Amino acid sequence: MAGKTMAEKILSHVAKKDVEAGDIIIVDVETVFAHDGTAPLAFEEMKKMGVDTFFDPNKVVIVTDHTTPSPSEKISNIHAFLRNYCRENGCNFRGVGRGIGHQLLIEEFVKPWTVVLGADSHTCTHGALGAFATGMGSTDIAGAMAFGKTWLKVPESFKILVEGELKSPVSAKDVILKIIGVIGADGATYMAMEFFGETVNSMGISERLTLSNMAVEAGGKTGLCPVDGKTIKFLAEHRRKGFFKNLKPDQDAYFSKEIAINAAELEPMIALPHTVDNVKAVSEVGELDVDQVFIGTCTNGRFEDFEIVAKILKGKKVANDTRLLVQPASWRVYLKIIERGIAATLIEAGASINPPGCGPCIGRHLGILGDGEVCLSTQNRNFKGRMGNEKAYIYLSSPATAAASAITGRITDPRDFYH
Amino acid sequence: MLKTVFKGKVWKFGRDINTDIIIAGKRKYDTLDIKEIAKYAFEAINHDFSKKVKDGDVIVAGANFGCGSSREHAPLVIKALGISAIIAESFARIFYRNAINIGLSIVECKEASEKIEEGDEVEINLEKGTIKNLTKNEEYHFKPLPLMMTQILNAGGLVPFLSENNGYQIKQ
Repeated sequence: MAGKTMAEKILSHVAKKDVEAGDIIIVDVETVFAHDGTAPLAFEEMKKMGVDTFFDPNKVVIVTDHTTPSPSEKISNIHAFLRNYCRENGCNFRGVGRGIGHQLLIEEFVKPWTVVLGADSHTCTHGALGAFATGMGSTDIAGAMAFGKTWLKVPESFKILVEGELKSPVSAKDVILKIIGVIGADGATYMAMEFFGETVNSMGISERLTLSNMAVEAGGKTGLCPVDGKTIKFLAEHRRKGFFKNLKPDQDAYFSKEIAINAAELEPMIALPHTVDNVKAVSEVGELDVDQVFIGTCTNGRFEDFEIVAKILKGKKVANDTRLLVQPASWRVYLKIIERGIAATLIEAGASINPPGCGPCIGRHLGILGDGEVCLSTQNRNFKGRMGNEKAYIYLSSPATAAASAITGRITDPRDFYH
Repeated sequence: MLKTVFKGKVWKFGRDINTDIIIAGKRKYDTLDIKEIAKYAFEAINHDFSKKVKDGDVIVAGANFGCGSSREHAPLVIKALGISAIIAESFARIFYRNAINIGLSIVECKEASEKIEEGDEVEINLEKGTIKNLTKNEEYHFKPLPLMMTQILNAGGLVPFLSENNGYQIKQ
């Protein structure tokens, strides 16, 4: 019998039986999450199922992150409804300015070797901590919140081997953009993307989260990273002390697709409008002015991201005709960039800091683009209309490329600014 | 009883039709009324689509239909517009699950996706796994859904399925 992929190992553990790709299983869900865009519909569907309580309120997390603080009366009413619903039903609620749901889940809830579901496509992020984490729609999430279970097809896996030393400021974001550029927006549809190799081992948790976060942009069901000493240490530092077994695929595991990336040769990468797989090297873009630079989101809004940004912006100014928006992924990240003096560096350079949340990435408020404007963002998606204006152009890059471009006012290779 | 035969006129779209194109994220936060939100469906690529589409019409698209966000509003607005079924070369997985969960019929068929053109009249038979192109007088074949999904669709969606089975208390 062939060995197991990471996906097969986690799902065998959760299903308490030996499973392999293609099996249909019903499994217990450890953590289930929804946000202000998806929770109202989930609660409505739960009611239709005839259930008015959560299977376990401690395992349900609701976050108002997509539009926070509320920009309109209608949204304020939706937030009030969610707040009351959560109070009455005793589940976890994280409100205004606490942060992006994914970041809060990482900081507080996710455990390796469990199933994590979220009513948000970027739930694949949590695979970086060794959880089988996947996004679903509100009705599936309602089923999980009501009954504590879901059905899954054990996915085939896509082996993504990353080897070689990344040359700063080239980072995990450049790696994942490169991968998506090569395999395409549906290259991993229905599959688990499994990232491993010496480069992934040497990455910190923040960078691994960036890899896993974008698995869905290639159609992936989840994006898994190994569980090792770094994972265990991260969990221990974030309220999850305990014994978590290491995780890696077996030597003889069966992968239906594979790709190898040489990190040592990688340049800063960028995705051009309007699809995430429209990827080039930054050096190939040519002269292109940028109206807005946005650094934040569940992809790249963590402390380590702002640390690189501050290094590049220190003592410099944002270009006159360019706006720089910065948004920490959570209140913990916000506090840490203040304590370490990073916030001051960014503000002195000319950045505007948004309260923690999803902000401009989903196009509802805090940085909507004008007609014909160009935005360079560290987010994960550049679809037409994504940032609130279908006549705008969104480019995706690493925080380093975004910071360098904010200084020059045009798409810029960060290696020119990084010594 | 579940309807298994659909006949309608085709609206043709390309590949990678993402959920922001189907319904922009900014449209879903203001109201919970799907009929109201559905007015803005496909606004970025087909102006006034919601006014042009007729009950029973069919969407035919290329690969990776429904990629992007997990928003269930995407299949819901399509259903609310009266679209009877979607044929695509392939679907993104969250959209695929969502469509089944709300009882919207979807068919994966590369040949149909390539040969059918906008305005063609088609007849889909879910049980037989056939699509008749009445305009071009052609027939295409597709593989039926996996059993678990057929059961959910037959129940009328995930809500009635879970109500009938007291959650996931089903024989595997």
